Amino acid sequence: MAYSSKVMDHYENPKNVGSMDKNDPSVGTGLVGAPSCGDVMKLQLKIKDGVIEDAKFKTFGCGSAIASSSLVTEWVKGKTIEEAQKIRNVEIAKHLSLPPVKIHCSVLAEDAIKSAILDYQKKTKESV
Amino acid sequence: MVKLPIYMDYQATTPVDPEVMEVMLPYFTEKFGNAHSRSHSFGWESSDAVEVARKQIADVIKADAKEVIFTSGATESNNLALKGAAYFYKDHKKHIITVKTEHKCVLDACRHLEEDGFEVTYLPVGSDGLLDLHVLEKNIRPDTLLVSIMSVNNEIGVIQPIKEIGEICRKNGSLFHTDAAQAFGKIPLDVDLMNIDMLSISAHKIYGPKGVGALYVRKRPRVRLSPLMNGGGQERGMRSGTVPTPLIVGFGKAAEIANSRMEEDFDRIKKLADRFTSAINDQIPDVYFNGNQVHKWPGCVNVSFAYIEGESLILAIKGLAVSSGSACTSASLEPSYVLKSLGLEDELAHSSIRFGFGRFSTEEQVDYALEVIFAGVKKLRDMSPLWEMAQEGIDLRTVQWTDH
Repeated sequence: MAYSSKVMDHYENPKNVGSMDKNDPSVGTGLVGAPSCGDVMKLQLKIKDGVIEDAKFKTFGCGSAIASSSLVTEWVKGKTIEEAQKIRNVEIAKHLSLPPVKIHCSVLAEDAIKSAILDYQKKTKESV
Repeated sequence: MVKLPIYMDYQATTPVDPEVMEVMLPYFTEKFGNAHSRSHSFGWESSDAVEVARKQIADVIKADAKEVIFTSGATESNNLALKGAAYFYKDHKKHIITVKTEHKCVLDACRHLEEDGFEVTYLPVGSDGLLDLHVLEKNIRPDTLLVSIMSVNNEIGVIQPIKEIGEICRKNGSLFHTDAAQAFGKIPLDVDLMNIDMLSISAHKIYGPKGVGALYVRKRPRVRLSPLMNGGGQERGMRSGTVPTPLIVGFGKAAEIANSRMEEDFDRIKKLADRFTSAINDQIPDVYFNGNQVHKWPGCVNVSFAYIEGESLILAIKGLAVSSGSACTSASLEPSYVLKSLGLEDELAHSSIRFGFGRFSTEEQVDYALEVIFAGVKKLRDMSPLWEMAQEGIDLRTVQWTDH
């Protein structure tokens, strides 16, 4: 598989790899994908006053999946929840020049953002 | 310093041995005659060279030279064996047996024959990749025309019990074909001892040129085939078309070399592969070697690194030329059907890499490869949510995944 230089760059030097405490009420965790499909993304967002302060990821998957998750951690930082929710997979795919067969990686990254935000919102609702 | 990249994909193809290259060259230029020209010395010279090669190839499998039919490679040989026999004997018998882990060209030819009204049974293999002989015995029938089972598997390297399969076929009056593309010149094969009726060979898997192969077709008792192509009736009428003399000369030389150093190559390759596998076993937890580890060609090491996706590992070990059972290296997004046939879970199939060792592999290359693999596995496991969960003691099978 010939990758774009942007994918290779994120793959070689992934940004924001790591984990945060999933029990922290200010952290939303999204876990999407399935091992049997060959990709699983875990995205964690630390949110304060509706703004994403920090983002971390861990990904099991091909180069495109790793690059897509690395990219979204960079994109969401500093954005409000509403802004982050507007990130679409087509933007991710376009930015990384993903080949058609790898589009599902960008879809998964978009799902990861939504899933992490949902988890955060559920937590805040429960604590109210 | 080891030269990069390191070639570790010997199952896909091999480099032409310099000795092979040398004997081929004159047949491209001054000795260019058509081997089928009977009226002048150019033709005779070419024909003589082809017959020498035919004998060199036949000797490897203890066959008679007249039983070797030249083709363009193992894919054509497999097609000729399966379709040729099926169409020739179709009025008598219409059942074919093969195995789920065969090469795609055998499976695809079988699918084609099914569309043409033949009945094909695809036998399962055990979790070690080997065929259970009782399963074959239970499925073979009086109307079984042909049994086609490969000698050495291209993805996991397991060696099927060819002699025993041959016996069962002979006893039941079925023809026995074996795809020996990965076995020829690497392990001892004897067509009489093993009751093999047809055997497919590829030159480029044994340090010969690409574009040439052969099909052994037994003469006594005679196996008959309908040709796939019509033409001048070359190769005993089974394969029309001018034979590619330079390629065949190289093929013959490659076969001769493989035959003469079979034991030496085997032992050397086994030593390298053992060094490799034991280091991986010692240094990396949660690795699985796929396929039977005893009844196998040692030059094929298929290993799953749990919690890591195969294609990302290929990127991480980019100085190593390997291939993966992962879906992500193919267009289909389906993980290897061979690994799935062993009952391997999809995630382990996605995590598999095939490392190949061959005549030109060195200890220095093995040691370098190990270093790169250790570093790559560490990097990707540090990045893997599955590894993290497994370390926390979470059983990944109990997690509710979102399939996509």
